[in-house]
Amino acid sequence: MQFPSRRKRLINNAQEEMYGQPIQFYGQPPIENISLSEFETFAVERLKLLKTIENLGVSYVKQSEHYARKLESEFKNLHFPYREVDDRKVQTGPSEFEKRRKDHISHFILRLAYCQTEDLRRWFIQQEVDLFRFRFNELGSKQKLEFLHRNNLQYDTINVEEKKTLLDKLVSSSYAVSGITVEEQDFYKVPFQDALDLVRTRKVYLKAGYVYIPHQDIITIVINDFRTRLSKALALTARSLPIVHSDERLQPLLNHLSHAYVGQDYSIQKNVGKISLEQIDSLSGKSFPLCMKQLHQSLRENHHLRHGGRMQYGLFLKGIGLSLEQALQFWRSEFIRGKVDADKFDKQYAYSIRHMFGKEGRRADYTPYSCMKVILSNMPSQGDYHGCPFRHSDPELLKQKLQVYKVSPSGINQILELVKGMHYQLACQKYFELTHNVEDANFSLNHPNQYFVESQRLLSGGVREPKREPETPHKTKAPSAAVEVPEVIEDLDSFFQDA
Amino acid sequence: MPVSDYDQASLPDLLPLYYRRLFPFAQYYRWLHYGGVHKNYFQNREFSFTLKDDIYVRYQSFTTQSELEKEMQKMNPYKIDIGAVYSHRPNQHNTVKSGSFQALEKELVFDIDMTDYDDVRSCCSAADICSKCWTLMTIAIRILDRALREDFGFQHLLWVYSGRRGIHCWVCDEAARKLSVTARSAVAEYLSLVKGGEETLKKVILSDPIHPFIKESLLVVERYFTRYALHDQEILSRKETLDKVLALVPEDILL
Repeated sequence: MQFPSRRKRLINNAQEEMYGQPIQFYGQPPIENISLSEFETFAVERLKLLKTIENLGVSYVKQSEHYARKLESEFKNLHFPYREVDDRKVQTGPSEFEKRRKDHISHFILRLAYCQTEDLRRWFIQQEVDLFRFRFNELGSKQKLEFLHRNNLQYDTINVEEKKTLLDKLVSSSYAVSGITVEEQDFYKVPFQDALDLVRTRKVYLKAGYVYIPHQDIITIVINDFRTRLSKALALTARSLPIVHSDERLQPLLNHLSHAYVGQDYSIQKNVGKISLEQIDSLSGKSFPLCMKQLHQSLRENHHLRHGGRMQYGLFLKGIGLSLEQALQFWRSEFIRGKVDADKFDKQYAYSIRHMFGKEGRRADYTPYSCMKVILSNMPSQGDYHGCPFRHSDPELLKQKLQVYKVSPSGINQILELVKGMHYQLACQKYFELTHNVEDANFSLNHPNQYFVESQRLLSGGVREPKREPETPHKTKAPSAAVEVPEVIEDLDSFFQDA
Repeated sequence: MPVSDYDQASLPDLLPLYYRRLFPFAQYYRWLHYGGVHKNYFQNREFSFTLKDDIYVRYQSFTTQSELEKEMQKMNPYKIDIGAVYSHRPNQHNTVKSGSFQALEKELVFDIDMTDYDDVRSCCSAADICSKCWTLMTIAIRILDRALREDFGFQHLLWVYSGRRGIHCWVCDEAARKLSVTARSAVAEYLSLVKGGEETLKKVILSDPIHPFIKESLLVVERYFTRYALHDQEILSRKETLDKVLALVPEDILL
């Protein structure tokens, strides 16, 4: 009989329409019923995937071979789609369709969990963008074009005349573009607002508000588009949260999912007042990370710090437990020794310190900067002492400084190697290990206040527990082996068992 | 202007005169009104004033030019800040449901402060300026003006002296007013070349090939460099600055 096989073909066509490619923009939410257990499993597995992406992104150069291999094995383990497959080959395990459906649904579930705060959104967007970038790069060039057209990214190309006129400029401004590239490839004229990453790094030719992008680089545009769409979508999702949270089945799960990401942000002050101002000098020598030590020293020497330094150091001090009154006294007494008189301090600087503690303006309680923030944003310029020394100092000056702090020559070399490989947090961790005389720090450094807490713990003779209690928010670790991911699995699964 | 002529204590006497006779209210209003194309654009604009004794008042807004005039003549501000255009009248922001009161548009503003150049000028420091170091400002203006117009396509630029030791550039094109926060930082980074704090010796690193923006900017710098650096600042005449210059030269050239 004809009917069964025709029906099967119809179903396959419908499936192809829905999930024609292994990646998508997630423009349409899924509209089907799924079981609660599928809801949970899908969400947890995507979260594992995103956390792997985060960890790998810190330890390896993105798009390098190591990165790709590790990420691919994760895709395979968790059954997520990442590249076109030959349908005719025999599949074991879930079908490609099932993987893509899971990809679709799990993304939207995590949107619910991660739309609630600025920090959560930023993290979610960052990992989803990295995920998207990886999978887009895996597509063949024909499939890339197909993706662009499916998603309505139509930019105009420039004609041969214009290409000839702009030849020199295009070659000298665009990355990896030669005269031949200009001749052979299409160049797209894109409004600069749609290509901010290329503009920001000056990797493209910009004229009269338009950037000229070779076809090979269209990925950046696509990624920007993805990021913008996701950002807007999250804002919208946040508005419908109250309804979602009123469903008792979903609320505990969503809460747990969003806490699973957040490493400690040190915004809730513990130990307020346990530190006295007299202790700060000695603490800075023993337990401050290099960035804060530098700021403290510069403050003592110059009796001043510029805004970037005041923010980075001031919030750190808040994180270690300084009260507002102590902070005001600390900064005031130091600034007075310099060119600022008491009156001027009260008028100009006291306001911003109170602001840090949430007592002015928006009354937002500002959180101490994480390593990522220190490394990536708020670049120091002339007259500044903030930033991350492993990232922002000249290697020569860094070396001298480490020598002054009595780090062994071999230790210094190890640190400089890590710096060369752009592993700034690992370099700082190595610095911790060398200055505290331990083989292994036993934690994965991602926050200056974390450095301080771990240092104090070590110095007061506390035993470092390798296992974490379920209540403590899970910190991300830099994976040195595949061991890391099972730990994530363990924590998340055990929570579910308890619930 | 010789520093000794200006005396802050005389401001309470002079400012009322200034605001009655000299302040260009008509042009100010005409600018910020933007032709009335957008409804309530002027009415929803925030102004903030710094008054005598460092009193700072925010969320001022006005419905007409005359209201603005009267208020400024009453308050005699020492400093005026033009804020963003909001979703509602700033002076009524407390009556708006929390979360609804938002900044919608703002010009793209560049603020260049002479102290950012303290490491390359020796004639003055901090708040002092003179005609020797002001050349740095000229160079900066020419570089920025060209880039904003030719590279970014902006057309409506307002360059003003900030009042103390620098300049502001207000980019007023519609596209500029609508720029997102990320876009603004991208524009700023495109225009930035000097990176690094006190711990960085070589703050500018150029690679081959040179991006057209840098090439054009270098053309500007070259017009002024000899007079500014060699004659006025005499960087090769003093050991201290000579050493700094030598530290920037790549090793292989010295050998």
